[in-house]
Amino acid sequence: MSDLLNVTSSPHVRDKVDTQKVMALVIISLLPASIFGIYNFGVKALVLILVTIGSCVASEWIYERIVHKKNTINDLSAVVTGLLLALNLPHTLPWWQAVLGGVFAIIVVKMLFGGLGQNFMNPALGARCFLLISFTGSMTSFTYDGTTGATPLALLKAGEHVDTMKMLLGTTAGTIGETSVIALLIGAIILILFGVIDLRIPGSYILTFAVFVLLFGGHGFDMNYLVAQLCGGGLMLGAFFMATDYVTSPITPMGKIVFGIILGILTGIFRIFGASAEGVSYAIIFGNLLVPLIERVTIPRAFGIVKEKGGEKQ
Amino acid sequence: MNKIVERLQNGIIKENPTFVLMLGMCPTLAVTTSAMNGLGMGLSTTVVLVMSNLLISLLRNIIPDRVRVPAFIVIVASFVTIVQFLVQGFIPSLYASLGIYIPLIVVNCIILGRAESYASKNPVVPSIFDGLGMGLGFTLGLTLIGIVREILGAGQIFGAQVLPLADAGKAGYTPITIFVLAPGAFFVLAALVALMNVIRAKADAKGKTIAPATGCFAGDCESCSMGSCSGKSSVKADSVAKEEE
Repeated sequence: MSDLLNVTSSPHVRDKVDTQKVMALVIISLLPASIFGIYNFGVKALVLILVTIGSCVASEWIYERIVHKKNTINDLSAVVTGLLLALNLPHTLPWWQAVLGGVFAIIVVKMLFGGLGQNFMNPALGARCFLLISFTGSMTSFTYDGTTGATPLALLKAGEHVDTMKMLLGTTAGTIGETSVIALLIGAIILILFGVIDLRIPGSYILTFAVFVLLFGGHGFDMNYLVAQLCGGGLMLGAFFMATDYVTSPITPMGKIVFGIILGILTGIFRIFGASAEGVSYAIIFGNLLVPLIERVTIPRAFGIVKEKGGEKQ
Repeated sequence: MNKIVERLQNGIIKENPTFVLMLGMCPTLAVTTSAMNGLGMGLSTTVVLVMSNLLISLLRNIIPDRVRVPAFIVIVASFVTIVQFLVQGFIPSLYASLGIYIPLIVVNCIILGRAESYASKNPVVPSIFDGLGMGLGFTLGLTLIGIVREILGAGQIFGAQVLPLADAGKAGYTPITIFVLAPGAFFVLAALVALMNVIRAKADAKGKTIAPATGCFAGDCESCSMGSCSGKSSVKADSVAKEEE
């Protein structure tokens, strides 16, 4: 189609942004966290990232080959899925488990439901939960500087003191991409400046979670505890990069805020009342399942339409 | 004799309750954590199915049409109780792992479905073999799902370690635990049904029809258990309309 002369009826799309460009921006914004992860955990982290991306792209290519579908690996969404999944894995994970995670993310969560745009939950998070349930041992053993240690969140859960400065910088144990809050925030700013995401989902998510921690955390107004909860685990990674996934988050402005609030409450419940120290990934995939319902009740009223009285007329 | 073979074939392959009719999904998903559990559940159901088909077929001219469902349920529940006590008495380990799913055989839709659509309209001997075929088909489905889940989730078949597990420093199989948990049941069932459909489609393409999806295509509405089938309901609606006339 010619970009110059294109006669169609309105509405007209004037933007030249397409899926590939959006995905490329997401990849660029994830680079700070990835580079810090590689610096932090060494070359094993780099290998794991490459293996996971390779597994995701290869799964998409092979699946589309087998079922004779149009090849879509050029839209880069499989690369984003692979990168996000890798950032959610501990760097000590055996490579074949990462490959299995990539295959699960692309084939089971995405392609079987119809490919990009049809998946009902975030593929990277679906795969993370699959791996977490299947290989609990290797998914929850974190080493840092050669010693096996607990993540800051686990320490916090056990009632110990954590260094929030280290958590901001990211020099702690954890998954490859979640440790450095600063690196993640740089990426988030890139996404917001380029208009890829808006602040509704991450803002309402993080705010709700903070209020929840203040109310139910059992530590009162302890700033150190609050900051540690906000910077610990996958909250920042999840709030800015995974809860905002276009396919699996509501499209209505009001729905985005409702979605964020639900995620905040769920994460709070999982982290504070649950057995595990972390709950971001479960909260987000659970929220993903509620998206159709949220969209249904938050459809904005068109300008000029009067709301009908009562609920009798349909 | 021909009828007997036809009934067995119908239950095991043509209208396999697990892979074709999709009946009895609750026990199928819940108890197939191992091949042994699947086999035990399948065989318990088979016994109940054969016995209830036998009795219902014998009583088919005595049971009044209006109270047939309560009558069927009483018969089925009696046999389920007998099976439950027998399993509890002789195979306590199986009883412990199947738990609530043995009493729940009463509400298994395969059993009521066969009673309603076959045993209550057909002579005794074909009814017995209809129950046997359906029961074996169910057992086959459950055992297959159980085998796949047990291999992937624990590296075992029928409790025997077939894949050596990875130990500290020793290479081996690392069990994918999700397959013995609830989500794994859905994955394995879906994959096996898809596989069956591929085999069916391949056979169709070669011109060798293994079996149509239901009995509908052969005009065999008598033995069909698909209650919501449009063809069947229209036949019923026609007959009702005629009676009213």
